[in-house]
Amino acid sequence: MIPFLARRLLLAMFALLGVVILVFVMVRLVPGDVVTNLVGIDAHPTPEQLANLRRLFGIDLPIHVQFGKWFGALLTGDLGESLRTNRSIVSDLALRLPVTLELTVLALGIALIIAVPLGVLAAIRRGKTADYLASLFALAGLAAPNFWLAILFILLFSLQFRLLPSSGYVLLNENPLENLRHMVLPALSLGLSLAAATTRITRSSLLEVLNLDYVRTARSKGLSERVVVYRHALKNALIPVVTVIGLQVGTLLGGAIIIEEIFGLPGIGRFALEGINLRDYPVVQGAVLVVAGAFVLVNVLVDVLYALIDPRMRYD
Amino acid sequence: MALMAENSSGEPRAVRTFWRGFMASPSALTGLILVALVVGAAIFAPIFSPFDPVKYNPIDRLQGPSLKHILGTDLYGRDTFSRVIFGARVSLSVSAIAVTMALIVGGGLGALSGFRLGWFDTLVMRLTDVLLAFPAILLAIALLAFLGGGFWNLTLAIAIVYSAPFARVARAAVLRVREDAFVEASRALGASNPRILWRHILPNAFAPMLIEVTLRLAYAILSEASLSYLGLGTPPPAPAWGQMIADGRRTLELAPWASIGPGLAIMITVLGFNLLGDGLRDVLDPRLRRR
Repeated sequence: MIPFLARRLLLAMFALLGVVILVFVMVRLVPGDVVTNLVGIDAHPTPEQLANLRRLFGIDLPIHVQFGKWFGALLTGDLGESLRTNRSIVSDLALRLPVTLELTVLALGIALIIAVPLGVLAAIRRGKTADYLASLFALAGLAAPNFWLAILFILLFSLQFRLLPSSGYVLLNENPLENLRHMVLPALSLGLSLAAATTRITRSSLLEVLNLDYVRTARSKGLSERVVVYRHALKNALIPVVTVIGLQVGTLLGGAIIIEEIFGLPGIGRFALEGINLRDYPVVQGAVLVVAGAFVLVNVLVDVLYALIDPRMRYD
Repeated sequence: MALMAENSSGEPRAVRTFWRGFMASPSALTGLILVALVVGAAIFAPIFSPFDPVKYNPIDRLQGPSLKHILGTDLYGRDTFSRVIFGARVSLSVSAIAVTMALIVGGGLGALSGFRLGWFDTLVMRLTDVLLAFPAILLAIALLAFLGGGFWNLTLAIAIVYSAPFARVARAAVLRVREDAFVEASRALGASNPRILWRHILPNAFAPMLIEVTLRLAYAILSEASLSYLGLGTPPPAPAWGQMIADGRRTLELAPWASIGPGLAIMITVLGFNLLGDGLRDVLDPRLRRR
């Protein structure tokens, strides 16, 4: 177990370092340079003004020195300040992270509540109407873009039936019920495609396990089909489901960017998009780093969880 | 795989086997029909679309679906159906070019990495680790934030994002066959490395790569739509599905069809590629056959 964990952690560290380097390099991809972009050509800045600004942002230094300074600050938890508001990016991110986390966790919960029972039903009723309906749901859920679903839900539940709000956010600790009312549609829009993917994998994984010898043994002992499925087969069938969910957390985090924008949720995704629109590059860098870092962390956790559930993994 | 193994004994038979399997797969056939419909609409857009997709027509603004405008009109009186058809051109061309670029660069590096192993393999795999450490859409958004939007930057961003999965699949496919007897035999006969890779190994990696291409096209369509929804895609007034949904949102209560139409088009296209990919997997790789 320990060599497995050590190797996994080392790879994650490499990946994180790569992420940091890539995020640093990205800002240097800006055509022209950050300062000219920020000021705009219409402002007709003098060369002296531009040089001063470059000095202010530290982009007049050699690139390795710039990276060293930036990386050093990063290690102390300093992501710099917003070019527009001068506020610390770390403190802004800390305010917004709980919103994104809540959205992601709720979407994951909705996906599991829909997908596991539906996948099990499809597997035990293989080839019957329930199976076809579940497959249809899975195909449609995978094909529908989440931002489009969000708009359809707003049309239906907010504009037509006036049941749920179409935008805004209420803090969880201020009014949990209102918070939930504001989060239902975003979480549903974000969770449906994961529900579709998870339904598929639950169905195929359970079908595979139901064909194994130990399940045949359980059946031959005269156990009821219910006990065979829920007590014996499902536990093993859910192992691949854990992996798929782990891999899909990235999709959830990515999808949260657009969903937050549509529903006006003050999460990290919306923060990043605001940064993009205002050309506030340090904000974009900070948001991208945090989301990618969270994704790497979740993947490590999933691998560890997987190794704990399935001992064969540790020796792979 | 089985199909590719037959390649050396007789191509026509292998092709016949493939077609028989393909025609017997409802999933592959449905997928092919849907994809053909969308591709056909994109190619013959000027013939199929009843109206100019970019011309403003204030008199007809926000009209509901009718015989004249089957998907209604938008805020500027433009026919939604015509815009959806022309939008297929942007969506399909961005996705197809991006996936081809990802296949050539990512697939090529992955195949080489699986063939050469050693430091080159480690380098390529660590690079893919870094790219895969980003949620796909986030990496594309970040790249476009710094590169700027537009057709080519959008295509490039999607290509970069999807080159890592192609590298992984190509490497795995090459690793599976590189120690096989037929590769050993050609090595013993004195074949050069490039020849072994090109003539013997790559044809055997064809099936998994074809499946990956089809499924990645579906993802690329979704990515393109998401990015153009955020305003990071091709600039208006040329119609792009994601952009159309974003525009339609402003008049959602008055003219929901302006958002519904392009969304349905995305769904049909993605469904088509997903079904085609699933079907190809069933036909080409029996080990991965879905139950």
